[in-house]
Amino acid sequence: MKVVIDAAACDGKGYCKRFAPEVFALDEWGYGRVLVDEVTPEAEANTRAAVEACPLQAIRTV
Amino acid sequence: MSFPLPARPLRAARLLGPDPERPPSPGPSAAEIIEIAAAAGVRGRGGAGFPLAVKLRSVAAAAEPVRYVIANGEEGEPASAKDRFLLRERPGLVLRGLTLAARAVGAARAYVYVSDARAAHRLDEARDGDTVEIVRAPAAYVAGEETAVVRAVGGGPALPAAKPPRPWQAGLRGAPTLVSNAETLAQLALAVRLGPDAYRAYGTPESPGTFLATLSGAGTPAALYEVPYGVPLRELVTAHRGTADGVTGVLAGGFAGGLLPPAALGLPLTHAAFAEAGGTLGCGAFVLLAGDCPVGAAADVAAFFDRENARQCGSCVKGTAGVADVLARLAAGAATPGDVEQLERWGEALAGRGDCATPDAVSVLVGSLFRHHRDTVRAHVEGACARCAGFPVTADTRFRVSLEER
Repeated sequence: MKVVIDAAACDGKGYCKRFAPEVFALDEWGYGRVLVDEVTPEAEANTRAAVEACPLQAIRTV
Repeated sequence: MSFPLPARPLRAARLLGPDPERPPSPGPSAAEIIEIAAAAGVRGRGGAGFPLAVKLRSVAAAAEPVRYVIANGEEGEPASAKDRFLLRERPGLVLRGLTLAARAVGAARAYVYVSDARAAHRLDEARDGDTVEIVRAPAAYVAGEETAVVRAVGGGPALPAAKPPRPWQAGLRGAPTLVSNAETLAQLALAVRLGPDAYRAYGTPESPGTFLATLSGAGTPAALYEVPYGVPLRELVTAHRGTADGVTGVLAGGFAGGLLPPAALGLPLTHAAFAEAGGTLGCGAFVLLAGDCPVGAAADVAAFFDRENARQCGSCVKGTAGVADVLARLAAGAATPGDVEQLERWGEALAGRGDCATPDAVSVLVGSLFRHHRDTVRAHVEGACARCAGFPVTADTRFRVSLEER
């Protein structure tokens, strides 16, 4: 599973990092950033939770 | 009405050669067109140099029955004039390439997306019936980005969107869409006319054929050149201004390619050589610097990206503004060592931080400044630079190649 953040939609709320810190971080300006090319099976549940939690619906799995 | 810039062939004249009559119909089949594009090795002329045949195949192989093709003539790159030259002076060649691409992918409709009023007029005169629609684009740097093109042709704003999906997957009205630079399509028409072997008679195996280069800067009036790939940049520069002496740097590939040092003059004009040097052939625009301070040049380019920012992606909005601000203060001798550290960090952090490649362009610019001119950057902290003072950042970039009548 891969995950992408729509940079135009992201508002820097930071839910992604809170739900899946192994997959997401906040960048220099406080906006969400994906840390990994491929989400490991162990991180998939947290990643899906982050996708659900994002108030801007800015995260998609592909 | 002649084109405001001279257009000169260097070693080869194909795009600049006579435009023969339309080849007899019916012409090659869809499969044959794709085969010719693949065998000739036609690569994109808009910036990325992506193989055209791969894009054609992707759209042609789509499960969806409705597909579209769009010729992207929105030349938002300030240092480039070649697409407007082709659209104004060789509209038939671009339209022929567009028609071939439409046949290759089985497109329902074909569009030309263009901001230049004179180009739109010439295309309208040259098009045959109403199989091709001309869509006017706003003149903006981001308006030529492929997802912005698709949105604008569909009636939306000319602003980039998140990827994936790329247009060849889901583009105009959700259908697989080939978005191809105007020169790329003209090259497809040439490849079909000449055949793959003759097409490859110029260029290198990795970068076949010729391309149009826009040369400007260094006090020499701007001009267009058709040049085979593989020719050393030095030969092109020498043809342009009589000598390569005095060139202190080059904005290669356009504003997205960063500042290369004079050693870049020794590079052959191939995608591989410029990529290896940390730059890009991009859209074939080369701004020569002679006497300009690299910090001042970077400040001008960063200010351009700040003004042209689509203001969609937070990191890019803030990061680009921050970079432009520090570079302006550095050029004025008003930046601190802390500013310089922050500039380098922001440059690195901007890579990949947006829906389009604007933050990447700013990242490459800052990275090239530190890679090739670190000592010059440091010297600006000590005090104001006399060379920078000679070129204050202006309301528009001083590197724009103007097509105003002179």
